[in-house]
Amino acid sequence: MAEPDDGGALIELVGLEKVFEVRRRVGRLRRARESVRAVDGISFTVERGEMVGYIGPNGAGKSTTIKMLTGILTPSGGRLRVAGLDPARERTRLARRIGVVFGQRTTLWWDLPLRDSYGLVRRMYRVEEARFRRNLGRCVELLDLGALLDVPVRQLSLGQRMRGDIAAALLHDPDVLYLDEPTIGLDVISKAKVRGFLRDLNAERGTTVLLTTHDLTDIEQLCRRVMVIDHGQLMYDGPLSGLHEIGESERTLVVDLERELPPIEVEGARTVRVEGPRQWLAFPAAASAAPLVARVAEGYPLVDLSLREPDIEDVIARMYALGATGGEGVG
Amino acid sequence: MVEGIRIYGLIAAMWVRSLMAYRLSFALTTLGSAAGSFLDYVAILIMFAHVEALGGFSVAEVALLYATTSVSLGLAELLLGNLSGLGRRIRDGTLDALLVRPAPLFAQVAADRFQLRRIGRIGQGLGVLVWAVTRLDLDWTVGRVLLLVTTVVAGAAIFCGIYTAGGAFQFVAQDAAEVQSSFTYGGNTLLQYPPTIFARELVRGVTFVVPLAFVNWLPTLRLLGRDDPLGLPGWVDFMSPVVAAVVCGIGALLWRAAVRSYRSTGS
Repeated sequence: MAEPDDGGALIELVGLEKVFEVRRRVGRLRRARESVRAVDGISFTVERGEMVGYIGPNGAGKSTTIKMLTGILTPSGGRLRVAGLDPARERTRLARRIGVVFGQRTTLWWDLPLRDSYGLVRRMYRVEEARFRRNLGRCVELLDLGALLDVPVRQLSLGQRMRGDIAAALLHDPDVLYLDEPTIGLDVISKAKVRGFLRDLNAERGTTVLLTTHDLTDIEQLCRRVMVIDHGQLMYDGPLSGLHEIGESERTLVVDLERELPPIEVEGARTVRVEGPRQWLAFPAAASAAPLVARVAEGYPLVDLSLREPDIEDVIARMYALGATGGEGVG
Repeated sequence: MVEGIRIYGLIAAMWVRSLMAYRLSFALTTLGSAAGSFLDYVAILIMFAHVEALGGFSVAEVALLYATTSVSLGLAELLLGNLSGLGRRIRDGTLDALLVRPAPLFAQVAADRFQLRRIGRIGQGLGVLVWAVTRLDLDWTVGRVLLLVTTVVAGAAIFCGIYTAGGAFQFVAQDAAEVQSSFTYGGNTLLQYPPTIFARELVRGVTFVVPLAFVNWLPTLRLLGRDDPLGLPGWVDFMSPVVAAVVCGIGALLWRAAVRSYRSTGS
């Protein structure tokens, strides 16, 4: 990881904290006050042009961090700078520098053509006409929105709407784009389109992207760097491959045989489940599946097979079990 | 402030355009809004079919009370009535989407789901106002006209202050819109009738605690050349703009405190 040089990093967090006071009922009338440390001393820096995956189980503190980065929430402690600004104090100034896409909640105008939502963005952000046309033209081309501009948003599919939302967040040329679950609920083709677009955006415009996701494929295809947060703390900060190594995560080969057979015994994998002619073989995520498939096909009557990637929850759970704390660059 | 008004205009215009996707529905709900408030007026007319005067007030005088509060509430409702939807936005988390825009939050929430059909109440109130003015045997001097206009505007501002305070309260209790309604719609119903028919304690309450009496009672009584039932000094009748400024000021302070608290607690 690069050394953070003063003022160079686009996003800089030092010991960021967010403590919520929660009132909980105990007994009939009594209420106890309790402090919940949603974000418990997180430090990291993100350089201009980076594309970072921010992952963790639900309730880990992901969205609380994003809310502080975008200026929605005021931190309880620590230091935070985004694009040289203090997000909580300079929220509206920061808003001009960032784009935010909330995965499941659209900010587009339901009953109006997509085009109208973009018109509002232009006026609200005071984007010059020429720059607006250029940005919209690029988004329309790359996100394949041309045929959709005059369609009321309520008639768009989920994938079309997500592409529309991403375009809306980029018309004012933000330095940073925050995406909250940008591919959730999308079909395979829409997912591929969204990922391709984000990759191009990052490569061509140098837009810094920070995304939260439950889909490891998003991270694999987009992010060189991944941060894992749980219980309000940064558990890992480094490349995805490192996460697999630490978590010793496994992929699963699902094999359909011609008939019911005793558990398959091959080198480099162990059979974890047998259900009729179908068997599940676990093998290290870092290993290649090809030799394993060859070995199985050699010794068994193979009908069909499929491969399952480890999901993030599993990787993190295993990381815990191993007591791993932190990767490179985490204090 | 200027930016706030600009943003309000932008968002309200978007809602009007959204609405025009359903023109017939818009026409019907506007009529419905006017008819709904007109029913209150019908109730008053029915009462006067049986009595000559209500609390010593003639039908034209009550109509003037009815009209002034209707127009004031109608204006405030059109401008800020949408604040009652704030609780829903806080509950489902969509308020956060407004906080990441480079625009004042108040303007965005106030213009949210802007309902043009609310001009129905204003139009109906103005109709009754014209009728009352022509029926009243008053000499419409410049001073009286000015007082009438000031009354309606200051009354609208008082209701705006109440809407703002109600909006702030929804940060604390997300379903508090009902409490706000009891002051706005409830207050409106109260102010349609002469203060003389209510208990003194109630009149005192809406004069000194929640200053609804300044929306129309006190200035309209002056207009009609009557004394107020509390026997307050004469200059009090002209204090509506001052009271409106104070109510709006309190509303603004509550709003700021509520937003600050929301941004530190998250809900």
